[in-house]
Amino acid sequence: MSELLLDVDGLQKSFNGVAALRNGRLQLQAGSVHALCGGNGAGKSTFLKILMGIHNRDGGTIRRRGTDVVYSTPAAALAAGIAIIEQELSPVPHMTVAENIYLGREPSARFGGIDFKTMNRNAQGLLDRLEFDIRANQFMMNLSVAQVQLVEIAKALSHDAEVIFMDEPTSAIGEKEAQQLFAAIGRLKAEGKGIVYVSHRLSEIFQIADSYTVFRDGAYVDSGRLADIDRPRLIEMIVGRALGEEYIKTNAPTSVPGLEVAGLTAPGKIENVSFTAHKGEILGIYGLMGSGRTEIFNCIFGLDAPSAGTIRLDGAPITVKKPADAMAQGLAFVTEDRKQTGLNLIDSVRNNVCLASLPELSPRFNMDRAGEAAASREMIERFRIKAARDTMPVSGLSGGNQQKVVLGKWFLRNPKVLLLDEPTRGVDVGAKREIYRIICEFAESGGTVVMISSEIDEVIGMSDRILVMRQGRPAGICPREEADAQTLVHLST
Amino acid sequence: MSSTENTAGKSLFSSDRRRLIIQEYGIFLAFLLLAAILSVSNEFFLTAGNISNVLLQTSINGVLAIGMTFVILTRGIDLSVGSVVALAGIVSASFATGSATAGIVGAPYSPFIAIPVGLGVGIACGALVGIIVSRFSVPAFVATLGMLSAARGLTLIYGGGKPVPALTADFRWIGTGNIAGIPMPVIILAIVFAVSWWVLNRTRFGRYIYAVGGNPHAANTSGINVGRLRFSVYVISGGLSGLAGMILAARTGSALPQAGIAYELDAIAAVVIGGTSLSGGVGRITGTLIGALIIGVMNNGLDLMGIQSYYQQVLKGALIVGAVMLDQKRNHGG
Repeated sequence: MSELLLDVDGLQKSFNGVAALRNGRLQLQAGSVHALCGGNGAGKSTFLKILMGIHNRDGGTIRRRGTDVVYSTPAAALAAGIAIIEQELSPVPHMTVAENIYLGREPSARFGGIDFKTMNRNAQGLLDRLEFDIRANQFMMNLSVAQVQLVEIAKALSHDAEVIFMDEPTSAIGEKEAQQLFAAIGRLKAEGKGIVYVSHRLSEIFQIADSYTVFRDGAYVDSGRLADIDRPRLIEMIVGRALGEEYIKTNAPTSVPGLEVAGLTAPGKIENVSFTAHKGEILGIYGLMGSGRTEIFNCIFGLDAPSAGTIRLDGAPITVKKPADAMAQGLAFVTEDRKQTGLNLIDSVRNNVCLASLPELSPRFNMDRAGEAAASREMIERFRIKAARDTMPVSGLSGGNQQKVVLGKWFLRNPKVLLLDEPTRGVDVGAKREIYRIICEFAESGGTVVMISSEIDEVIGMSDRILVMRQGRPAGICPREEADAQTLVHLST
Repeated sequence: MSSTENTAGKSLFSSDRRRLIIQEYGIFLAFLLLAAILSVSNEFFLTAGNISNVLLQTSINGVLAIGMTFVILTRGIDLSVGSVVALAGIVSASFATGSATAGIVGAPYSPFIAIPVGLGVGIACGALVGIIVSRFSVPAFVATLGMLSAARGLTLIYGGGKPVPALTADFRWIGTGNIAGIPMPVIILAIVFAVSWWVLNRTRFGRYIYAVGGNPHAANTSGINVGRLRFSVYVISGGLSGLAGMILAARTGSALPQAGIAYELDAIAAVVIGGTSLSGGVGRITGTLIGALIIGVMNNGLDLMGIQSYYQQVLKGALIVGAVMLDQKRNHGG
């Protein structure tokens, strides 16, 4: 067996006496893509942060090509050939691609200036070698999220990185762009690099990775070749028990219209969008990033003003000028990014659950504090939210539990229609299951669900019908029986 | 601290809980410590007369700092309070002056007219800032910087650059009177504090303020009218500035055009020392009151020790920065 690029064993780390990582272990071969799997709180991010030199380990060994190493800063890790493409990218938007790649180590010209010519030439050479269709003198702010990711990869390689960590790289990009990314990963693999790929999307892992390592509760569980296992087995290792069917549909759509949208138009965003979601139905919306999916919800919920179109609820037309109008009609909107628009992270679980129901919880201006406590208790029990106390900040919860708090906030209002935008983004397999159960139960009891998802498996598994969006326009509606990955991708591009 | 004490603390409270206690009461402990040092080092400090004096000196800054807390909790800032103090003071004084030349026609009016006029001036200034911030999306720093300059200018125009002297005894009562030996400004501060505490901790409006400060986008998608909420906090700050301006005029007996210069800095300092985060959403009104008291006590203590006021400014600066440094360490240092 050839020398390992990276051989980590027994890595430990505690924060304030709480063990975040008890036994981190990983072996990375040159020229391979290695999937690091685990639920939220499994210790993956702590593991990555130790390897990147952001945290110091409490114990364990890291061997880089056979020698013991210690990295105390990200710069040291990078110098040793370890780079990370983070989940949340932070480029300098007003600089060019080349300036971003060579940030902090610009080639110098006379009198301490920067040799822009050389820098642009080098950057362009690098991008061309990787077959990335990006010009080095473009401003970062004009690139798509997927292109920014490719630039990050180029930047990593410009440091001669041999080991590249990718943390949920597809969480913010569409299917087509993801395929471009996978092609790039394939080229890196062929060059003999080692890639550690972290993702909650199992179908991606099976598509691109050769081997896997699973962490659970801060410790190594198992590793091996992906060719030797199947999807249910991997899920079982991640959650620690067999889970049976991934998508259990218990709802049955009726023919009674719940939410009807006709001719909805917002210039430059969406054009002539019409659909009917029935009571008891889960209507999926699929489309690439920027195809106008979220914009439909923004218009329905009063966050954006449509220039034309009608919205009917239970057959009667409604007027929505601001979110409060939509809420009064019985609409609820679980937004795409819980940290940006779903939660007040610094506030408590209880206050977040009550956030959308404050007028109801304070009939006479004064807050009904017992009512708030009861409401939060009810939602925590109903959705099995794991929180030590409901007065703790919601930022201390895992991603899955945070998402359940957002759901709790809206279910507290007893909505008639649930608008879900990527309801399981960044949520682990176990919590996903719980969220699917909650959604199905809601539809089963006669609620109307409209759900946006970029994950093809999820949208096919959960929806009764799927509306496909392309460039701001509806490209077609697929019934459940006819929906498969090829059809959806074909319609959306 | 000895190590045995540390382990004892661990067994009693979880680290979360302990951090909460330090956050809630740390500032209060700092205040007690300061007071204790001063009482030991100076026998005059703890006398009734001096305590009343400290409270009196703190009252105006306290009222301003409470209004500032509302604004800062929503991620805003109000730099205009000092100028609004002067404008509201001089306008209300022109209604309450016994002077034939400085007042408006028909002066002196009863305080029941002069005081609502002063409050109205403050509220109007706050409302204008509020509209500029919430409707036209001008950053609060810029909008209130504009008001800082404009309100000072209006004060000079209104009074012709001259003070309005000879306020009536009835009007002066809010600054110099007392009930059961407690000075009126202190009573006013206590009422403003109690009402604000109730609003922030017990009402829907208070929940809105914390929600908008914590995450305006989430508040908006949750159906909260973020613009109206932002507007209202500047109205509150403006109204309280008006109130403070009248207390100041009533105490001194005349309204000066240069009154309240740099008052915004002490108000912001009290809020910051009291643990409210300038990035919004985090903070307690009790902390602000104690922050104002710390500034008052420190000034008073240094006076008693005969330390020049120049040094007081240096120490106050160190205190502001030090308080926030401790706060950062507590919240992010693990």
